[in-house]
Amino acid sequence: MVMNTHTLPDRADVVVIGAGIVGNSLVYHLAQQGWSSIVLLDKGPLPDPGGSTGHASNFIFPVDHSKEITDLTLDSMRQYEQLGVLTTCGGIEIARTDEREEELRRRMSSATAWGIDAELIGPDRAVELMPFMNRDVIRLGFYTPSVAVVDPLQAGALMREQTAASADLTVAANTEVLGIDTVTGPSGQPAVRAIRTDKGDIETETVVVACGVWSPRIAKLAGARIPLTPAVHQMIDVGPIPELAETGAEIAYPIIRDMDALMYERQSGADLEVGSYAHRPILHDPDDIPSLAAAQLSPTQLPFTAEDFDKQMEDALELFGSILDREDSGIRHAINGLLSITPDASPVLGEAPEVNGLWSAAAVWIKEGPGVGRMLAEWMTHGAAEIDLHGADINRFYPSQRGRAHVRARASEGFNKTYGIVHPREQWLSSRPQRISPFYERERELGAEFFEAGGWERPQWYASNRPLLQEMEGYGAEFVHDRPHEWDRRWWSPITNAEHLAMRERVAMIDLSAFAHFDIAGPGAVDYMQRMIMANADRRVGRLIYTPVLAPNGGFRSDLTVIRMAEDRYRVITGGADGARDANWFRRHLPADGSVTFADLTSANCTLGVWGPRARDVLASVTDDDVGNEGFPFATAQYITVGSVPVLALRVSYVGELGWELHAPFEQGRLLWDTIAEAGTPHGILPAGIGVYGTTGRMEKGYRLMGAELTSEYTPVDAGLALKKVKEHDFIGKEGYVRAREQEPVAEMCTLTLDDHRDSSGMRRFPQGGEPILSPGGDRIVDRLGRPSYVTSAGAGPSVGAYLLMAYLPVDVADEGNRLLVQYMGERYPVTVARVGRTPLFDPDDSRMKA
Amino acid sequence: MQVLVCVKRVPASGGTPQLTDDGVRVDTRNLAFTVGPHEECAVEEAISLVATHGGAVTVLSVGPAEAEEQLRYAISMGADRGVLVDSGADELDPQATASALTAAIRQLESEGGPFDLIMFGNESPDAGNYQVGIRVACALGRAIVGGVKGITIDDDAGTATLHRGVADGVEAYEVTLPAAVAVKEGLNLPRYPSMRGRLRARKAELAEFRARIGTPGTPDTEGGPGAGEPVELVVHRGGLRKLRLRRPAETQSETVLLGHGSEAAPAVVDILEELDVV
Amino acid sequence: MLVLVELDEHGVAPGSLEALAWAHPIARELGEPLHAAVFASGTIPPAAPGDPLVDLSLRAELARHEVSTVHTITHPELADYSPERWGESLAQLIAGLRPTAVVAAGTERGTETMAQAAARADLPLAVNCTELERSGAPGAEGPDGPDGRSWRLARIRQGGMLLEDAELTAPIAIVTLAPGAAESTAAPNAAAEPADVPEMQSDVPAVAVERFEPEFGDRFVASRLVGRTTRDGGVSLATARVVVSGGRGVGSADGFGPLEELAKLTGGAVGCSRVVTNNGWRPHSDQVGQTGTKVNPDLYIACGISGATQHWVGCMSSKAILAINTDPDAPMVKRATYAVIGDVADIVPAVVDEIHRRAQ
Repeated sequence: MVMNTHTLPDRADVVVIGAGIVGNSLVYHLAQQGWSSIVLLDKGPLPDPGGSTGHASNFIFPVDHSKEITDLTLDSMRQYEQLGVLTTCGGIEIARTDEREEELRRRMSSATAWGIDAELIGPDRAVELMPFMNRDVIRLGFYTPSVAVVDPLQAGALMREQTAASADLTVAANTEVLGIDTVTGPSGQPAVRAIRTDKGDIETETVVVACGVWSPRIAKLAGARIPLTPAVHQMIDVGPIPELAETGAEIAYPIIRDMDALMYERQSGADLEVGSYAHRPILHDPDDIPSLAAAQLSPTQLPFTAEDFDKQMEDALELFGSILDREDSGIRHAINGLLSITPDASPVLGEAPEVNGLWSAAAVWIKEGPGVGRMLAEWMTHGAAEIDLHGADINRFYPSQRGRAHVRARASEGFNKTYGIVHPREQWLSSRPQRISPFYERERELGAEFFEAGGWERPQWYASNRPLLQEMEGYGAEFVHDRPHEWDRRWWSPITNAEHLAMRERVAMIDLSAFAHFDIAGPGAVDYMQRMIMANADRRVGRLIYTPVLAPNGGFRSDLTVIRMAEDRYRVITGGADGARDANWFRRHLPADGSVTFADLTSANCTLGVWGPRARDVLASVTDDDVGNEGFPFATAQYITVGSVPVLALRVSYVGELGWELHAPFEQGRLLWDTIAEAGTPHGILPAGIGVYGTTGRMEKGYRLMGAELTSEYTPVDAGLALKKVKEHDFIGKEGYVRAREQEPVAEMCTLTLDDHRDSSGMRRFPQGGEPILSPGGDRIVDRLGRPSYVTSAGAGPSVGAYLLMAYLPVDVADEGNRLLVQYMGERYPVTVARVGRTPLFDPDDSRMKA
Repeated sequence: MQVLVCVKRVPASGGTPQLTDDGVRVDTRNLAFTVGPHEECAVEEAISLVATHGGAVTVLSVGPAEAEEQLRYAISMGADRGVLVDSGADELDPQATASALTAAIRQLESEGGPFDLIMFGNESPDAGNYQVGIRVACALGRAIVGGVKGITIDDDAGTATLHRGVADGVEAYEVTLPAAVAVKEGLNLPRYPSMRGRLRARKAELAEFRARIGTPGTPDTEGGPGAGEPVELVVHRGGLRKLRLRRPAETQSETVLLGHGSEAAPAVVDILEELDVV
Repeated sequence: MLVLVELDEHGVAPGSLEALAWAHPIARELGEPLHAAVFASGTIPPAAPGDPLVDLSLRAELARHEVSTVHTITHPELADYSPERWGESLAQLIAGLRPTAVVAAGTERGTETMAQAAARADLPLAVNCTELERSGAPGAEGPDGPDGRSWRLARIRQGGMLLEDAELTAPIAIVTLAPGAAESTAAPNAAAEPADVPEMQSDVPAVAVERFEPEFGDRFVASRLVGRTTRDGGVSLATARVVVSGGRGVGSADGFGPLEELAKLTGGAVGCSRVVTNNGWRPHSDQVGQTGTKVNPDLYIACGISGATQHWVGCMSSKAILAINTDPDAPMVKRATYAVIGDVADIVPAVVDEIHRRAQ
């Protein structure tokens, strides 16, 4: 072991750049995973190198709506506690408005779902816990007793010490990285070879960028992009406050989040620290962050811009006037602290798409740092982590989402949402449109409401279909009529239900151009595909294969459609939201011998789905090719000509109807659209949005969605997607898959129906996803692996006359007809297990699809 | 008593000053601005003097329009009003600064009577010319003591006793008011502005003058202010002109490592013995 | 060329020796005689030789710098130091003498007097200079322009963090010399050894002495020195040979105990960084740095001081620096002559013990 040295080794298994909470935690867990020669560099001094770790407010509120973030936080809290650097003080999130009261009730659902002790408290109780607050502005409080403050610098020091005890760790402070050298392999993908510093060079194949706000700058040295921007978070310290001083403690009162003011207040010794996410977004460039020498306080503690904080001071004085509104308590410290903001507010973790061996561990808050370190170490060692990290994977970004302008636009838009009330379907408004299909203009003419997926503009529903609402009233008013609560109907339209019913009656055309298309070819293609997917890839030419793609631990990595195009050629089609991750996954696993080539055809192809009982009639009227059930059976693909457009047609459906996905050359997309629209007019064709494709149609058919039902924490066995036989050929995740098959089933994917929508006031409410499923007695349901049951997807089933929820249930609970509860916005609603496993509620034998 | 405090907008200390590429000024992109520690003490002292003896505190600054921030800071600490002499972005030489301040004080005193005490920082933390206060006091015909770390006012006698540290002790000076004083950090512990004070300061109205560099030989009164325009004060350049800034050459010598922890004690004592101090 | 010479109990004060040594070659270069001005009052305590007019040792020292004439400024009102009276006196002397340049040491009193004089004479003043030269041809006669002669100079800014190159245009250049910017060429305490005086006297050329008596009007406005307390015992931070200085790493007010002991054992003074005074661990008078005292001891022991620039400029004139710090990369450690890596709380008591051990 070597500590704090100026002599660097010539070679290391891994070099971690950045000695903040993430870097320190990562080296510790890498050592735990058996990595032996580890170097930790920082250009700043220790223990505080001057990054965001050194000025963070260091408190942890464990409850987040995101399961991924909550799990990382809980894991981090356990680690901080083990290190002895965690002080539990409790925390209260305060609602000043109606809307926030609802949000706090929603937080209760998340707290229950993720198993965190919390309660809603009234103003009296809130003031009892934190007596200096103005009771009059408090309407409701969300109290989490386990809220804590931590000392991340001390945690880092302890982790370095413990790492050094078990591994060959070199810690080099005041060491600046000058370059990261790469070498380009046969696949054309560069790989890390060495790192150059002002204290010498180190040969290594693995470099981790854990540089916080500097990460983009360091990644660039290797030719990679880490999409984040440094942004200002303002904080002030006000004191001395005798009431706080007399506690003699660093923190003796709960931390307050004044949610509607987008602020927090916490005791810090004799001072009250006041922080804000309410000010205008103030973005910096990684290259403009001052050096250590040039910085007044530290490179990430920039001069306070007082004018941005005026409004927040008024809010703080309103809530904490009793101790803040005094002439003898002054603003003793005020900074514009820099932290990292990403385009979608999630961390940026994983191996960079551009360079093999270059890992990102960036945009991580103090509350997630140790957990991220542990998960990333697992990921780097085993290819997968215990907690599903797909939402944080650096590979989720398409190239168009990694550029400076986009990052800044989204960071500006997202900054004030840090404490905001963010709807699960909430859309970004800036930096749009990015990617548009050839149908876009036609869709606009039809009044499409566009949602974004993977940067693509996709119609969610069409205003032009509003008349269908009246037409479909016969199905029951409750399915086509508006949802009474604004929250439930936000980013939603009843038109989706009407489009759904019209599709089931007639025929719909759906823009699926956001699909990603990969061409995989070469003499090694069959072997390669066998290794990549769970299903047997060696099928006859023309055959469609729906298959899970597994992570090395046997959990889900992706699910997608594969077509055997030729003996030595496959087409892979995957969802727009997953395309970037899947492309990088497939590319990274190409054999080194060059026997397989990978081509991303996404930008060459557009896709139009045509589904419904009359789909064959529509298609037959514009093609000379045989589209009958004999000539074009289900689960096959053929090239046909539609009008004058050559099309790769796939007889498949995600909505359970007869029909095809039509894949056409991008530049002929418009012609295809017009041809189908015209041919469909006599058949009553309508354009339908993704609301039908992704939610109502899909859920009626019980189809699982990647990222919702399918995550790396669940196996195909849990998901009901296990195949009859395990194929001979080895494939990634096989071992875990086989193990899951062999053991007693743990949980099963179920479809539940909501039996009564009425809340205590009689208003009809609609859960949106993420809510806990509870036993009839109101207890949390957890499977024997500790995985909680929660709503993975929620949406209407207009054709089955029920509002549907999908959830994993432990096998002993997963019985059809079993009655349970779902907790939504502070109330509980009865639900019934309608389906266990893969059999859909609608058209259980798939007769429509196979017609 | 009426107290005037003259303050200068300067980059806050901390870090090593970085120079702009042309070497003419300090690169302040990442720096906060302040009035400097001496002047913070001056403001604090003025506020507490007025609290004891009655009256009001006026803060006056000659500098760029942004110096408004420093005036508001002083107001947030408790000063009653702020006066800005906008002299543009370029730093004035000490004679010009003094002449601008003198002109402004004459103007203010013509309106509101004399200031009993005019306070300065002993020197500015950036330029460090050590003379502006003295020049202003001389021009106004008032006594001034520098380096002051203690002020006592005798209301009845109309005098102030000013204490300053010297190498071997403390000297006390008496001045007859009105007078001036240049103070040093250590005079008091300046308060931090309260939140309410900050909000008050943001809303405070500042009086504004504009400094115009006069041309020798032309009358100072040329061109009065237009309606709503700030009063124009004519100032004259002095004989000291900054050309450029540079960093002193650092004599980089190898540090001799005597050892780690208490084991190094004998080596330390060897050095003390060499110096013949033990 | 005129040098304002301050006196202390040993004769010419160290700063003024530097000023003489600095001015001497400049005067020679310009081909001008070097004059000195002394106030025949004020600083000289009763025990000192008395009137500098007849103080041979002082004359000898001035002669060493080829001072041709010394102007002794005397006036009944000058019995005590007064910034205004000293400044006015100097201004009057300058007005009569019309020197090319006036130089003083950048001491507190030197700077204050020069600023008063410059203000009264309506002349520019450049303080804390390190370099000064005529920008015209050497020895050029007469004014360079309507405002006077031009000089190029360098002066320190921000307490020494930066140097400023400046142009001074004035009929008479008034400048002070940055402390430590010039080496004095005569032994500073030579005059303290009376035995040498007669010998030296015979070797040195005569220095003309001229008495100058300023005039103060009846209504002359001045501050009055009304009291003076001398620190009893203790060693002044500014003059100590050893300064034991503590920073954040000392940890608390109590942590200064061992530092005080070490200072006592070495006949030194205790100093501290700004963090320490801000935390209330030490009085402000102990603060070393840009806004505190600037020290120049033989040894500066920096205990747990990281060495921010504001502190560094206060101690950089020390002849040697010993840094004690846990962080081997702290700026103070890198700039120090000697370093010990470790905790102040371990090391300083160990040094104290070691001194006691050797004393036995």
